[in-house]
Amino acid sequence: MATTLVPGALTAPVPDDEFRLERHGVWKRFRKHRLALVGAVVIILIALVAIFAKFLAPADPNYIDQVNWQGTPLAPGVAHHVLGTDENGRDLLSRLMFGAQISLTVAFSAVLMELTIGTIVGAIAGYYGGWTDYALMRLTDVFLSIPLLPLLLVLTAIVAASSNKAALGFGVIVVIIGGTSWPAVARLVRASFLSLREKEFCEAARALGNRDGRIIFRHLLPNAVAPLIVQGTLEIANVIILESTLSFLGFGIQPPTASWGNMLANAESNMAIAPWVAIFPGLCILVTVLAINYLGDGLRDALDPNMK
Amino acid sequence: MEAIPLLLLISIILYWILSNAPGGPLAPYLQNPHITAADIARLKHNFGLDQPLPIRYLRWLGMVVQGHLGYSTSNSEDVVTAIVERMPATLLLMGCSFVLSLIIGVAFGIFAAVRPYSTGDYLVTTFAFFGQSMPVFWFALMLQLAFAVSGVTAFGYHFALPSAGISSSDTFDLGDRAQHLVLPVIVLSLLYIATWSRFTRSSMLEVVRTDYMRTAAAKGLDRMQIIFRHGLKNALIPVVTIIALSLPGLVAGAVVTETIFAWPGMGRLFFNALGQQDFSLLMGYLMMVSVLVVFFNILADVAYAWLDPRVKYN
Repeated sequence: MATTLVPGALTAPVPDDEFRLERHGVWKRFRKHRLALVGAVVIILIALVAIFAKFLAPADPNYIDQVNWQGTPLAPGVAHHVLGTDENGRDLLSRLMFGAQISLTVAFSAVLMELTIGTIVGAIAGYYGGWTDYALMRLTDVFLSIPLLPLLLVLTAIVAASSNKAALGFGVIVVIIGGTSWPAVARLVRASFLSLREKEFCEAARALGNRDGRIIFRHLLPNAVAPLIVQGTLEIANVIILESTLSFLGFGIQPPTASWGNMLANAESNMAIAPWVAIFPGLCILVTVLAINYLGDGLRDALDPNMK
Repeated sequence: MEAIPLLLLISIILYWILSNAPGGPLAPYLQNPHITAADIARLKHNFGLDQPLPIRYLRWLGMVVQGHLGYSTSNSEDVVTAIVERMPATLLLMGCSFVLSLIIGVAFGIFAAVRPYSTGDYLVTTFAFFGQSMPVFWFALMLQLAFAVSGVTAFGYHFALPSAGISSSDTFDLGDRAQHLVLPVIVLSLLYIATWSRFTRSSMLEVVRTDYMRTAAAKGLDRMQIIFRHGLKNALIPVVTIIALSLPGLVAGAVVTETIFAWPGMGRLFFNALGQQDFSLLMGYLMMVSVLVVFFNILADVAYAWLDPRVKYN
């Protein structure tokens, strides 16, 4: 029996109807998870508000309402401030909208960075194995053994001290969070790659003379993407909490730029007279993170029913 | 034994990160107008700070091996003394949170798993999702708002809880200490109650599906008896592991809680050292928590092998 191996034949896409069926199954399973659907809708709404904050916000986030503000926060509803003002007389709703922009952008960028580093490290470790794997996994262990929040605090504190606090811009926070929280992703990708590289299609791809890079990214990675999507989604929720915690403690996004975390930094001192300043930003964080966690849960059920 | 090289690697990376802090350990002197550049140079030489980084690291390592962590510049005391002094407060907070989370978390998990997809299960799962999504610092603020700022009036009785510190006076009073503990313990516990109850639930559900549980049911045993006599023991094995793994997180989590509630523990000591570039203290604290993580990782492995005869530890 002579069969000719046509290059590309082994990488040919799965027949169309089969593929559609598979996709259908994912959507069907996802749809059954009602709260995940609600979560997805909530996220989309919050993202839209963040993107169009400039047009939706009733005021500039840093504009001080000197006409009505008397030194204490204005209550919700007073002088057209739907949610009131903060302790500096700035419109709370507008700051929340622009805060959403910051919190979501930091979270998405940091997770993107995390996924990139984690995938590369995990893929190389899992694909090559041996000594490379050992070295990379020990590095991963190091980052997994240092508790994340204290490490982030030390890193941001060093950056803040070496220039000035204002240097703690958005980019620095993203790089610090993304650069330290990739190990979980790396472990995930490595685990998938360890089993995938033994599969026959990988053997075949190698036999056809594909370069390693091509095998890793075109053949193996697409098969390891489902848990990555779930992990990435849940990580966005984690990073939103991390960023807001850092900002709340004064080592994250610096005022006057509004972030949900730093809006709460001074809320405590005014809590007796202006509880709304403390309530609304935290509520935004809670709702967003809750929605993302439900979305991630639904994605996990839909993409990988065996995973729990 | 991989723990020792791992800890060495951790210490090298941490030492390198912290050595990037501007001014280093001499930072507090740099702002002092009475200290001249010559003084700084002399201090640098005396402290060995003019040596190359690897030499400084090795010296530090030699010191640590002898049980010293250096001298804190922000507290003007020995780092080990400073940390040990704050340890009881943190351990008290952590211990209470641990016991509370363990009891409530495991109880919630079992309760949810006994009747999966019932209203009770739904409530527990929803609570767990809220707990895991809650920003800890905001939860703390809201509890302070509810119980400390205005106080709560219930059944014609008005009560308020303290929102800061560990005691109202210098003399120890059990009731007073307990009152100060309530809010921080709840705040620190929430995440763990949520995580552990979800974990217990899914572990329980997994065990319920096994053959030996079906055999027990076929023997005609009572459902509750099956769950508590046969199921629980096996379901709790992975729970023990996850608890061991999250204990060091309780120490790190205390940083936020202690800072917000002005709790005089190690977490607040660390936080206060941040703004002052207190190199020795930061290094000592991070190293200590990392040692805990590595230690509890090993403990989790050993516990798993000990509890589950199917697993061999070598």
